[in-house]
Amino acid sequence: MCRLSAITSGDYISPIENIYALETMKEGHDGSGLGLMLKDMGGPFADFKQYPTLSAICSNNGLQLLNDYMRAQGFVEKFSWEPPIKNVVGVERREHYLAKVYDYPVLYKDKTQREKEDLLLQTRLALRMMGEPDGSLFVFSFYPDVLTLKEVGDPLQLSEFFGIEKSDIQSRIVLAQGRQNTNYAIYLYACHPFFIQGYATMTNGENTAFVPIREFLMGRGNAGYMGYNSDSEVFTHILHYTNRTLGYPLHYYKDIITPMKDAEIGQRSDAAALRLLKKSLRPLCIDGPNCVIGFTPDGSVFMVHDSKKLRPGAVGGKSGKYALMSEVCGVDSAIPHRDKSMDIFPMKYDMVVIAPGAREVKIWNQLHG
Amino acid sequence: MEPASRLDKNHQLSLKELPYIIQWREDRCTRCGRCTAVCPMKSIEATVYTQRVVSSEGASPEPLVTRRLTQVVRQVTEIDRYCIGCGTCSLVCPTDAIFPEYNFQHKLYHYKNRGGIPFMRGGRRNDPSISTLDKLKFTRISMLTDPALDAGRHEFRVRTLLGRNLPAEQLPLKVEGDKLLIRDHTFIPPVREIFPIRIGSMSIGALSPHMWEGLAMGVTYLNEVEGIPVVMCSGEGGMPPSILKSRYIKYFILQIASGYFGWDEIIRALPDMIEDPAAIEIKYGQGAKPGDGGLLQAYKVLGLIAKIRGVPQFVDLASPPTHQTKYSIEEAVAKMIQSMSMAWGFRVPVYPKISGTKTARAVLNNLARNPYAAALCIDGEDGGTGAAYNVSMDKMGHPIASNIRDCYLDLVKQGKQNELPLIAAGGVGKGGNLAANAAALIMLGASAVDIGKYIMQAAAGCFGDEYNRCNVCNLGKCPRGITTQDPKLYRRLDPDKVAERVVEVFKAADVELKKIFAPLGRSTELPIGMSDALGVADKEIADRLQISYVC
Repeated sequence: MCRLSAITSGDYISPIENIYALETMKEGHDGSGLGLMLKDMGGPFADFKQYPTLSAICSNNGLQLLNDYMRAQGFVEKFSWEPPIKNVVGVERREHYLAKVYDYPVLYKDKTQREKEDLLLQTRLALRMMGEPDGSLFVFSFYPDVLTLKEVGDPLQLSEFFGIEKSDIQSRIVLAQGRQNTNYAIYLYACHPFFIQGYATMTNGENTAFVPIREFLMGRGNAGYMGYNSDSEVFTHILHYTNRTLGYPLHYYKDIITPMKDAEIGQRSDAAALRLLKKSLRPLCIDGPNCVIGFTPDGSVFMVHDSKKLRPGAVGGKSGKYALMSEVCGVDSAIPHRDKSMDIFPMKYDMVVIAPGAREVKIWNQLHG
Repeated sequence: MEPASRLDKNHQLSLKELPYIIQWREDRCTRCGRCTAVCPMKSIEATVYTQRVVSSEGASPEPLVTRRLTQVVRQVTEIDRYCIGCGTCSLVCPTDAIFPEYNFQHKLYHYKNRGGIPFMRGGRRNDPSISTLDKLKFTRISMLTDPALDAGRHEFRVRTLLGRNLPAEQLPLKVEGDKLLIRDHTFIPPVREIFPIRIGSMSIGALSPHMWEGLAMGVTYLNEVEGIPVVMCSGEGGMPPSILKSRYIKYFILQIASGYFGWDEIIRALPDMIEDPAAIEIKYGQGAKPGDGGLLQAYKVLGLIAKIRGVPQFVDLASPPTHQTKYSIEEAVAKMIQSMSMAWGFRVPVYPKISGTKTARAVLNNLARNPYAAALCIDGEDGGTGAAYNVSMDKMGHPIASNIRDCYLDLVKQGKQNELPLIAAGGVGKGGNLAANAAALIMLGASAVDIGKYIMQAAAGCFGDEYNRCNVCNLGKCPRGITTQDPKLYRRLDPDKVAERVVEVFKAADVELKKIFAPLGRSTELPIGMSDALGVADKEIADRLQISYVC
């Protein structure tokens, strides 16, 4: 089962902390892939927070495609970064791993944030379509202040490969996933965390209801609900759909993916609305043993489970820095000096939400709303 | 000269032409006469034969030939009295001296059209081959990467929704603080939470009073005692006013069909109804006999039926093939659904039922755009009926599996698969695998399934099968007392026993559904459209249904 490692902090941290945490949880992943997603960037990206960052892997041809397309669309490159690659045995090096910061096309300067986000999504999808057939270009995220790195291999080896330990790359939120390859081929687009318009999630556990959920999402009329090389991608899109498209407060994500029984719903002050949601969004019930960790555009980081998740994830830390991990040993690695009696192992009704800046942890209980 | 035919019986049928041949054991028969008395077709009769007996009593052989009269049971070869193989004779025989045996070489269909009247019968398609539904298997078993559930101990919710679910974008919600509240009193279509296996439309009239009462009692018990919300459809012909005005009406779906039989009584009862019915089903077609309207033959139109339906006794009650007052689908859908909705203040789901057809998707797409349409019920070719022409039953109609799959995938394309539930009917449980067939249809995209013939067989021992056994529901001669209005016949059917069996059947199906869903890892919501769980060892079926080919 995939191992998940998220850290949210008031100060900038290096993603190597997440890698080390994954290393302690190694018996649960087989080194078949690493996904890193950084939000609220420091280091060289600190000056470009309002500009969208494109994260991609490409060949020389793919880079040409990328540059030509971005230029044609009117995006102006402001900054480009490539990790200092060091060849490591067992990791197949591709030609370019890059993060490019762009300024918006002139026509979009005065558009609303939502319109800009739609442009970024369309651009990412167009690039994906161009590069996917021949594998020349993989684009993982295109959004302000978010960077993604993915590759096939063992996380620790990959951190050496990407030179993460020595790199000045930093952020306040880091999601990292060590992949346990199950029933899908190792493929870059199948690697968590998944991202869409400021929302990211990573998941462990097989997604039992994948097909009906995928079909429901694909019928929502959002071109971004595509891909699905991994059954876990739907969790990101459900989050985006409920929070951004429908405008529901974050905790309704829990109500939608793990709806309560009718008798339980009756205890909530918003029972009337919940009853409608349960019916209208019935196909989004995940009905499987999943733990989802993710972040939202405002920088909140959360963890949520289905009741069939036999071993809950763990959340621990102290004000200013919290770790959300699939195993408690990962929390120990990331934040060893903490009051362990305050660790949280969310139960089936719980949704743990850590506010931006990691100042406070809130356990939202589904029964009580 | 006298024609030879009278002498050599050349224009008579031989037993080999008949579908069932009676095997009678002279040595066992006590000549009690029960078999001949009970035979619904009068296919056997007591008669006498002259028997030649050779005996010898002396010390040396001295054969003595004598002739004596002996009583026998003889099978009649008249086509209108052909043995239907029901086996009631063997049921009543105290010495196991008689039983009908199927004759694979029969030529019933060549002859059963006397007077220029084609063969008519009840039952369902005489096709004993393994149905597509029975070929489907559940091949996605949770193993280690996700835990399989314990069907006996895990908490399951085997429920479905009957009614139109508004898309989330159209819900009248507003955000206040961090809560979602109802914004205003916009129309929200009524939706019922029900058990995903329903008892499909069988009318009082088609069924005997005891059978109908047994089903109704069983359904009520399931709802009120077992907590399994099974609903049952009235079929065309209305319901007794006492039930219409009772609190039990909420467990029933009222059907309106092209003859509008029974609706005078329903409309009269409306002001006194204290509960709403579960739903209203508008019947446009029936899987067993597409293109035909309902038919209750005169034999069955006795006092109670005539009263409920508001017609004279002993007349054929034929509903037209189509709703004569509706000239187009737009009118049928827009006006009929709205009229019915309006009658109950838009508190009751109203949906059409059609027979399985290649044009089902056109109907579906029309309904998808109608905000008042609550569902679409599609009745496949293996559906049953009380009376139809054999040619309609055997040769007309569309299999349910691909029909429901096509419709579901059409809804998926429009993103409306949760908005408009599909109900599949026709041959569910044909081979006895009720839960497996229901689960397979659900994974192909149905929200619920209907059963008819299955419950008659399981709850009341209906003799019918796909070898044309019995199948005389149309004649009012049902030897089990299920589809007859003759008190001499239906008094043999104990409604309490039927009710008990209904409860047992649904409780068992509930357990079996859990035994299917548990290894798939599903417990909270019905796995509607979970087609990745299905597999079939037939490449063409797999391709057609867009499921896995397994071997």
